[in-house]
Amino acid sequence: MTSVASAPVALTADGVSKAYGDRRALQGVSFSAHRGERIAIIGPNGAGKTTLLQILAGSLKPSGGSVSLEGGEIGWVPQQPALYSKLSVAENLRLFARLERCPDVEATVERMLDQTGLRDRARDETGSLSGGNRQRVNVAIGLLAEPSVLLLDEPTSSLDPRQRERLWVFVSGLAEAGTAVVYATHNVAEAERFADRVLVLADGELLFSGSPRELERTVGGDAEAPDFESAFVRFLHDRGH
Amino acid sequence: MRWLLLKDLQILRRSPLLVGVLIGYSIVVSLVAGAALSSGPSKPTVAFANLVPREKSQVALGGRQVDATKYAGKLFAKVQPIRVKTRAEAIAKVRSGEALGALVVPADVTDKLQGTLGLSGAGRPTVEVYFNADNPLKRQFVQDTIDSTLADANQAISAEVLREAARYLNIIVAGGKVALPIVGSVDILGLRNAQTIIDAARAGLPANAPERAALAQVSRFARLAADNLDLSKPILASISSPVRVQEHVVAGSKSSLSAFAAEAAVIGSMMFVALLLAAGMLALEREENAFGRLIRGLVTRTALVAEKVTLAALAAFVLTTVMLGILGGLLGLDFARSPLWLVVLALGSLAFGAMGVAIGGATREVRSASLAAFVVSLPVAALALVPSGAVASGLYDLIRVVSAAFPFRPGMQALDAAISGGELLVPLAHLAALALVFSALARLSLRRFA
Repeated sequence: MTSVASAPVALTADGVSKAYGDRRALQGVSFSAHRGERIAIIGPNGAGKTTLLQILAGSLKPSGGSVSLEGGEIGWVPQQPALYSKLSVAENLRLFARLERCPDVEATVERMLDQTGLRDRARDETGSLSGGNRQRVNVAIGLLAEPSVLLLDEPTSSLDPRQRERLWVFVSGLAEAGTAVVYATHNVAEAERFADRVLVLADGELLFSGSPRELERTVGGDAEAPDFESAFVRFLHDRGH
Repeated sequence: MRWLLLKDLQILRRSPLLVGVLIGYSIVVSLVAGAALSSGPSKPTVAFANLVPREKSQVALGGRQVDATKYAGKLFAKVQPIRVKTRAEAIAKVRSGEALGALVVPADVTDKLQGTLGLSGAGRPTVEVYFNADNPLKRQFVQDTIDSTLADANQAISAEVLREAARYLNIIVAGGKVALPIVGSVDILGLRNAQTIIDAARAGLPANAPERAALAQVSRFARLAADNLDLSKPILASISSPVRVQEHVVAGSKSSLSAFAAEAAVIGSMMFVALLLAAGMLALEREENAFGRLIRGLVTRTALVAEKVTLAALAAFVLTTVMLGILGGLLGLDFARSPLWLVVLALGSLAFGAMGVAIGGATREVRSASLAAFVVSLPVAALALVPSGAVASGLYDLIRVVSAAFPFRPGMQALDAAISGGELLVPLAHLAALALVFSALARLSLRRFA
């Protein structure tokens, strides 16, 4: 935590708000993500996690506030695989590499086939792949531009435990290489294991920003909450959620 | 944009069944609709029973024998006859559906015609017509065709009678020979010759002869009668066709029925392919969750609209160009005008493509987009094809306004002008305007597409 906190800032959200008519989905959310840092956004359903990630990714305009990227690119991995099921794995990677204006498209495709371990499925239509493999291609597309910040929305929701483990090992490797990783998840245990910092969102408000241990300490430690999930639930309960 | 376009073509290439159904369905539906719109059968099949004995086919007209069967030829000009021998056979053909109607000429028709011509009071000759009434439209068509052919035959007979009457008048005025039944050939003096004789006889009488005044009266009567009967000949001639017809096309199509059918089929196919493809392929971007990924800097929403419009327009343009080429060859259309056809097909495809993208943007899912495109296309086409005079004028004005908001009617007008001549710029400008308006609507619909 200490080491990544001192790393250069890769992304800053400053007072980001989003309203749909009278409903306020996000209210003045501010935080920074450092290079090599893994940030988990957790919160109950409807907290605004996906909305925040979409705004950070640039696919949704905020009603207020701003997002600034300190150089590099943002990679975006939506919750549902965003792939063309009639195209093969390689064709999907090639299409998005071209749209990302990668300088050497074929080399990029080859690199991503190696990184995702899908070289032997390169010619298969993605519609014929398992949910886990589709998610691997989905993540690979997010990484095509070699982003300095990688945003993932519920990346393991459709994966079995073995695939989840492989994905987190892969993502952790990216973070170690200096990529800032920000992800939303419902799986609090994953946040505890694979996040340097958690952001707790509820009703569009950022209620907490700190390490999992700091969250546990906030609610009184082992006496009040024996594990991280209990601490998280207690934290929300104490704040009226 | 070109990578997205290639991607869409690749996806279509991998969906041959879907593309085949889309194209096949569009062509078949449009061709059938075009054919149905432009016809009844061009020559309805009619069973024909001539019950007049061969020896009774002649009618005496003045001193001449006229073969009444030659007027049957008039009946066959507009129908496809099935010749049968009896009335029952003719009716059976209608009942079975083999013939749409039957025309029976009874055995006594020439006797009655002879009686009518001889003013014997034998009653007017009558022919019998039988219809298959399973379809009111079909029945009306056959009835109109037979009525019109009978009117032609009646007119031909009356023209023959009038010609003979005029010849008689000529003999009465100028004198000559006339052949009469039983009596044979008879010399007729004629009014003018009678006047000459009377004038000569009157000149030979003494100046104070009391007969001179009476003969002068007879001579004046002969001259007046000859002059007036001479004048009545052109009047008689005009009776055979009292009203002349001079046709002018004031507005609308100069196309033949078959060219109109081809135009309807081509624009119909263009509409189905462009709408369904544009709406479906845009909705696919959302269904595959790719839209959110694309618009975060990879592709602008405007470029996405342009790409989908281009894709749909390209497919519709290629399909309708091939279609019109084939139909043009079959119907003998003027290929020298084909550059104009291509301009119309290109602009029409763009307008329908833009409309399809607007539908796709509003509906979001492939299935609902396809359904919406299909549901919208049918009334759009139907409204555009409502002819003037078919409904009340206020309703027709409303229909014109509504159908002007969609590309079908201006597409038909433009293609008609490109094929057969007429005002082309206005419908082309209309199509271009619709392409822009629907593109703008499509762009607006993408604001909340994700």
